[in-house]
Amino acid sequence: MTVTELVSYEDALAAYDPVMGLEVHVELGTKTKMFCGCSTALGAEANAQTCPTCLGLPGSLPVVNATGVESAIKIGLALNCEIAEWCRFARKNYFYPDMPKNFQTSQYDEPIAFNGYLDVEIDGGEVFRVEIERAHMEEDTGKSTHVGGATGRIHGASHSLLDYNRAGIPLIEIVTKPIVGAGERAPEVAKAYVAELRELIKALGVSEARMEMGQMRCDVNLSLRPQGADKFGTRSETKNVNSLRSVERAARFEIQRQAAVLGGGGTVIQETRHFHEEDGSTTPGRVKEEAEDYRYFPEPDLVPVAPSREWVEKLRAGLPELPRVRRNRLREEWGISAHEMRSVLNAGAIDLITATIDAGADAASARKWWMGELARRANEDGVELAALPITPAQVARVCALVAEGSLNDKLARQVIEGVLAGEGDPDAVVAARGLKVVSDEGALGAAVDEAIAGNAAIADKIRGGKVAAAGALVGAVMKATRGQADAARVRELILEKLGVQG
Amino acid sequence: MADLTKLTASGLAGKIASGEATAVEVTEAHLARIDAVDEKVHAFLHVDREGALAQARAVDDKRARGEKLGPLAGVPLALKDIFTTKGVPTTVGSKILEGWIPPYDATLVTRLKAADVVILGKTNMDEFAMGSSTENSAFGPTGNPWDLTRIPGGSGGGSSASLASFQAPLAIGTDTGGSIRQPAAVTGTVGVKPTYGGVSRYGMVAFSSSLDQGGPCARTVLDAALLHEAIAGHDPLDSTSIDAPVPPVVEAARNGSVRGMRVGVVKEFAGEGYQAGVMQRFNESVELLRELGAEVVELSCPSFDKALAAYYLIAPSECSSNLARFDGLRYGLRTGDDGSRSAEDVTALTRAAGFGPEVKRRIMLGTYALSSGYYDAYYGSAQKVRTLISRDFQRAFEQVDVLVSPTTPTTAFPIGERVDDPMAMYLADLCTIPSNLAGNAAMSLPCGLAPEDGLPVGLQIVAPAMADDRLYKVGAAVEAAFIDKWGHPLLEEAPSL
Repeated sequence: MTVTELVSYEDALAAYDPVMGLEVHVELGTKTKMFCGCSTALGAEANAQTCPTCLGLPGSLPVVNATGVESAIKIGLALNCEIAEWCRFARKNYFYPDMPKNFQTSQYDEPIAFNGYLDVEIDGGEVFRVEIERAHMEEDTGKSTHVGGATGRIHGASHSLLDYNRAGIPLIEIVTKPIVGAGERAPEVAKAYVAELRELIKALGVSEARMEMGQMRCDVNLSLRPQGADKFGTRSETKNVNSLRSVERAARFEIQRQAAVLGGGGTVIQETRHFHEEDGSTTPGRVKEEAEDYRYFPEPDLVPVAPSREWVEKLRAGLPELPRVRRNRLREEWGISAHEMRSVLNAGAIDLITATIDAGADAASARKWWMGELARRANEDGVELAALPITPAQVARVCALVAEGSLNDKLARQVIEGVLAGEGDPDAVVAARGLKVVSDEGALGAAVDEAIAGNAAIADKIRGGKVAAAGALVGAVMKATRGQADAARVRELILEKLGVQG
Repeated sequence: MADLTKLTASGLAGKIASGEATAVEVTEAHLARIDAVDEKVHAFLHVDREGALAQARAVDDKRARGEKLGPLAGVPLALKDIFTTKGVPTTVGSKILEGWIPPYDATLVTRLKAADVVILGKTNMDEFAMGSSTENSAFGPTGNPWDLTRIPGGSGGGSSASLASFQAPLAIGTDTGGSIRQPAAVTGTVGVKPTYGGVSRYGMVAFSSSLDQGGPCARTVLDAALLHEAIAGHDPLDSTSIDAPVPPVVEAARNGSVRGMRVGVVKEFAGEGYQAGVMQRFNESVELLRELGAEVVELSCPSFDKALAAYYLIAPSECSSNLARFDGLRYGLRTGDDGSRSAEDVTALTRAAGFGPEVKRRIMLGTYALSSGYYDAYYGSAQKVRTLISRDFQRAFEQVDVLVSPTTPTTAFPIGERVDDPMAMYLADLCTIPSNLAGNAAMSLPCGLAPEDGLPVGLQIVAPAMADDRLYKVGAAVEAAFIDKWGHPLLEEAPSL
């Protein structure tokens, strides 16, 4: 493979202005498929969740999933879109084995939602408005597995296996208007937009929007125009960019690549490109000899969708607090900076911290545990924070035990480790491991006396005014009590017994 | 016992209910008739002997247990091979589905079974219902029982021929541009295209989704009404099916009358291309309607002249998309899969081998009509014509209760005469197509034999959408008056084979 020529990001931006268009597909979390009653649950045996309709058998007919329409309207409303009073599905005709009818039931020139926007926050707190062209309903395709080739792609494969469990799962495709004016922050805006959209979808409860599970997939369209030019350049379409980080990297790579092409006097080809996670590059997809003509026409098997204004208003009234509003509120309640809030957001910890606070913890402690010890563990294990085997209620209990003085931070970490190891609730771990701060003043006093007696030289230094040396004696006491003492109290006792003011 | 195959469906149901005949006897009589004549007629593609007898036995058992029987319980029926039948082959008259056994029943089939109608088998048809003669069947043509060298109409020629040759008292057809009415007309039988959405399309293999409509075929107006009632009604599996009560068709058929009704004669349905004997019988029918107390009004529907052109853009467009699924990958025929070819190549070879010339012609027409750059000029304009036709009907129905016309411009033509001339073939549906485009209800019933060739002529009655009962009210009155005039039903003049 030839190495793609790139120019530095700074040089690219000095000469060119990037224009982006983002197309995001969201798999809805409806119980049944868009046009039939088959289950959408993941993990079933291949083709177990199919029926005449989603297999496209002769004679079968689609019926629209009302919950799918409702979800689409909710997404449209949350994106500040107008909701169509009357719209139709359309058939997008093309042959592909993973599409049982050889047409996809989608929407064409009559989307259910259109003309909206989403405000996204980028680092530094700047708010960037991304205009939304449309959000429309469609169905997912089946899944092909190409067997026998080296790459897993169809090229070189001996045969392909088809699983139609995914065929007919409802999708909402959300398309932005051209994003202009982001300049050097274009890749960052792209990432922030997808992140914000994901939060929004989750908040609406219409999908879990897990990108790693393919529940949310992004296509990044990008073109460059010379600085100061009005006319858009030719765009590339990078398909299936499936993580937030990849969205940013793909945009960045395309800026650098296209700048190199244009700077060398070449022209950018309008083409589909693949993104590669391992090095952040994009490569051209299959070159089509001629532009695909999808021969769209209104789907005659479905009646038009005409959501009543009453229904739309009812859905609007029932929308949950939207993520950015909620984040601003929580940021104030928790008393943290915008930067800290972004870290919490990026860690996927907002809901976990909120739930922990709801279970009785104070905001600072809840945030400390989730963003500290637990974030570290999640990172080590390579899992999402929410996937750790510990609940907000359990974390709240640990916070309570610390607050009442039964645990110190060190012991609390051991309790959390125990919970994560499957040893049960915090109280069970405390009991089983015998973790308890020694708060018996008599026992503690004896340990302090012993430490002073065993470290006479240090004790003298402290008596002589070197208060900082007390740390060594605290350490000795903590060692003797196997960490179960309250370190602050130990220090107080030491200074008291040596007649020094702390 | 009288020949059970000569009785009407309602007559047979009465005999079965009273115990004069068992459902098994009735079924066996019809199976014997199939054995005797279908080699000559070729109405059936598949006879489900076992299935039919099992259904008949179940009806007899029900009666023996004293259970109430429905109005068509035990009556045999011939089913157009376009409806899916669980465990029974469904070919749609095409090689591309040869050997396919559907895993599910069409809603219409479920309803027939629930009504204890005995399904004898699947009838021949033009491939994917595209044609007006049944000559486009991949499995050979069907003969018209009036003259086996002539066509029985199409696409539902197998169903009409089964009725006219007394192999079944009831049949099911589908009508996209006239495929129920035109075969009824040329075989001297009764056929009804219900209002679009009146009968579920779930399990009916699609040709042109916005035009296709299943409906009843019979030898009498009352039998058609009984069958209509059994298959009609809302189906949650078909979102285009109408969620409203079925019009009272049986009651209308039992109370035929045209007294005081206004009947419209459409000026545009006459002239060049209409056979003299067809126009003669049609004009006599109009005279009869007057005699029976109807007020006859001549009116004009100017857009009807463009109906055929609009139809041959809309139907092929939808068909090009509906038939895309036949790719050789999941069911039916697969050609050229020798391990070295790509899925794309296998699909192309399968479609080349599996589809007949008329189907290919329409797929190509439709693919072209939907192409970017041509869509507005073709599909878009055709939809506008469709709207104009609906308006013409709407205006007409402000003046009259029903419209009448010849069902088809000519009597049955000889097999082979029009196969190389698609335009001549398409003209057979000139009078029937407007109702499909507008989605209203229409019936064809016999109005005599053309003097020049002694072949049946059909009278078409058209009613507004959801007023299907008017067809039966008028049809029953006309039928009774003709039988009075002739002294017997028309089919008694058919050759005995």
